[in-house]
Amino acid sequence: MELIIEKLKKNRAFLCLECGKCTATCPISTYNRGYSPRRMLAEGLFYDAGDLMSDRLLWSCLTCRLCSQRCPVDVKYSDYMRDIRAEACRHGQWGNPSHGGTLLHIMEMTASPKLRQNRTGWITEDLRIGTKGEVLYFVGCLPYFQDFFSKDFDFDPVSIAQDTVRILNRLGIEPVVLENERCCGHDLYWLGRLEKLDDLGRLNIKQIEESGAKMVVTACPECALVLKNIYPERLGNIGFEVAHISEIIARNVDRLKFKNLDMEITFQDPCRLGRYLGVYRQPREALSSIPGLRMYEMRHSGRGAICCGTTNWMNCDATSHQIQRNRLNEARATGAKTLVTACPKCQIHLRCTTCSKEPEKVDIALSDLVNIVASALAD
Amino acid sequence: MAIKTSKREKKVTWEEFVPDIVAFACNWCSYAGADTAGVNRIQHSPNFRIIRTMCSGRVTPAYVLKALKLGADGVLVSGCHFGDCHYIFGNYEAVKQFEKTKALVKTLGLDEKRVRLEWVSAAEGGRWADVINEFVGQITALGPSPLNHKPKSGK
Repeated sequence: MELIIEKLKKNRAFLCLECGKCTATCPISTYNRGYSPRRMLAEGLFYDAGDLMSDRLLWSCLTCRLCSQRCPVDVKYSDYMRDIRAEACRHGQWGNPSHGGTLLHIMEMTASPKLRQNRTGWITEDLRIGTKGEVLYFVGCLPYFQDFFSKDFDFDPVSIAQDTVRILNRLGIEPVVLENERCCGHDLYWLGRLEKLDDLGRLNIKQIEESGAKMVVTACPECALVLKNIYPERLGNIGFEVAHISEIIARNVDRLKFKNLDMEITFQDPCRLGRYLGVYRQPREALSSIPGLRMYEMRHSGRGAICCGTTNWMNCDATSHQIQRNRLNEARATGAKTLVTACPKCQIHLRCTTCSKEPEKVDIALSDLVNIVASALAD
Repeated sequence: MAIKTSKREKKVTWEEFVPDIVAFACNWCSYAGADTAGVNRIQHSPNFRIIRTMCSGRVTPAYVLKALKLGADGVLVSGCHFGDCHYIFGNYEAVKQFEKTKALVKTLGLDEKRVRLEWVSAAEGGRWADVINEFVGQITALGPSPLNHKPKSGK
C-alpha cells in the first residue's frame, strides 16, 4: 500500500482534480466501459493494491499519453501504469500477450549476450552500408516482423529498412548497420520489465559506442524514444545523438529531388513520435515536399491523434479492433486513398483490421512514410 | 565433449553434454505413438520432456521460442500424418506455423536444426524411438544452445 502511494506521489496523482477528462478521451474507455484511467488511480489510492495488480485491465493501457495531454494538472498516467506493472511483474502477474507472446520472447532472447543473430539478410546489393562512420542506422524488429507477419498480410516490413538506407544513400550517407543489434527493449520497459531493458540497453550502447557513430537514425519511433530518452534516464548519458528518419528527411529536403507522385494521403501520428518526442512538423514537411501529393488531415491529428489500438503486444482484443476500425474510417472520411504512418507497428495493427474477414471492410491502403518518400525519389 | 582437469585431484574427467529437448506431441497420434514405444519396451534416449498438445497445429512459434528461451537445446514438434489428422486440417496449419518458427529461429542466429517437425502415428512406436534417437544425436553434435545458461553438471 505504502508503495503504491509513493508511486502515486511520484507521478503527480495527488494533484488530480477529478475532472474525468482522462476517461473521456481514453481510446480504451470509449469502447470498453469497464476500463477507466481515473478508476485505476482511485483503486491505487483507496483499495487494496493486490486487486489493482491482479486486474487484467492493468495491461490494457496503451500508454499513448492522450490522457496526460488533456489533463489540466499533468498527471503522469502512463508512467504510473509502468510503475504499477513493474510491481505486478515482481508478484508474478502478467497480461494476455498477443500472438502468444512470440515477439516478447524474441525481445527477451536477444538480451542473451552469447546470442549471435543472423539479422542482416535484408541488405541487398544496391544498398551501400559502411563499416565505420558517423551515422548508424538502428533497424529494430523489422527482420523479425518480416518472418512473422509477411505471410499473413500483404506486407513487406524489411522494405522499410531498405528504403531508409536508400534515402540515406541518396543524401550521401553510408550508414553503419550493427550485425548483432539487440532489441531496444521498448515494450519490456512499458510492461514493467525494467531490468531486461537495462540489460538490452547496456549491450546496445556498448555496440553503438564501439562503432564510433555520432548519430543514430531509426525508422521506428519506439526505438527513437528508447535511445533518446529512456536509455539516458536509466543508464546515464549516452555519447550519440538520436533522430527519427522523418527529421533527417525534413532537414535535408532541399537536397532530395522528387518526381511527381499522384496520391491522396492522410497521416497517422504515432504516439511515440508525436506526444513523446514532439515530432509533428517534420513528417508533414517531408510528405508535403513531394510534388503531386495531396495531404488531408484527419479529425484527430497532431497532439490529439488516436493510437493504433494496441501497444507492447499486450491485451489485443475486441476493443483494440474497434479503435482500429474507427481510426481507419476516420482516415477514409478525409477522402484519402492511403493512410501513411511513420511507425511499423501502427501499420501492422491497422493492417490486421483491413485484412480481417469481416463483412464491413474498410477500403484503404496503408504505407510507411519512408516507402512513400523512397518511391518519390527521382532517378 | 570437453576435457576438464580438476585441479585438486589432477585427474582428467570427461564432461558429457546431455541435451535438454522439449517435444510437443499431439494427443491423437504422436503422444499415443510415444505410448506405443513404451508399451513395446523400445529403448530410446531419455533426454527429452514431452508436452502433450491437443493438435500439432496448436503449436505456434510462441511455444517453441519460449522453450528455446528457457534453455532448451532442441524442440521437436510432432503430429499426425497428412490425411490422418483428428481435426482434418490441423497438421497443415502446423506446417504453416512451423515455417514461421523456422524463419524466426534462423534470424535469431540459432541453428535451424534445433527445431524439427515430424509426423508419427499412434502405431509407429518404433518410428518415435528412431526420431528421438536421431534428433538427440543431431543436437548432441550441435552442442549446447547459446541460450542454455544452466551450469554444466560433471556427472
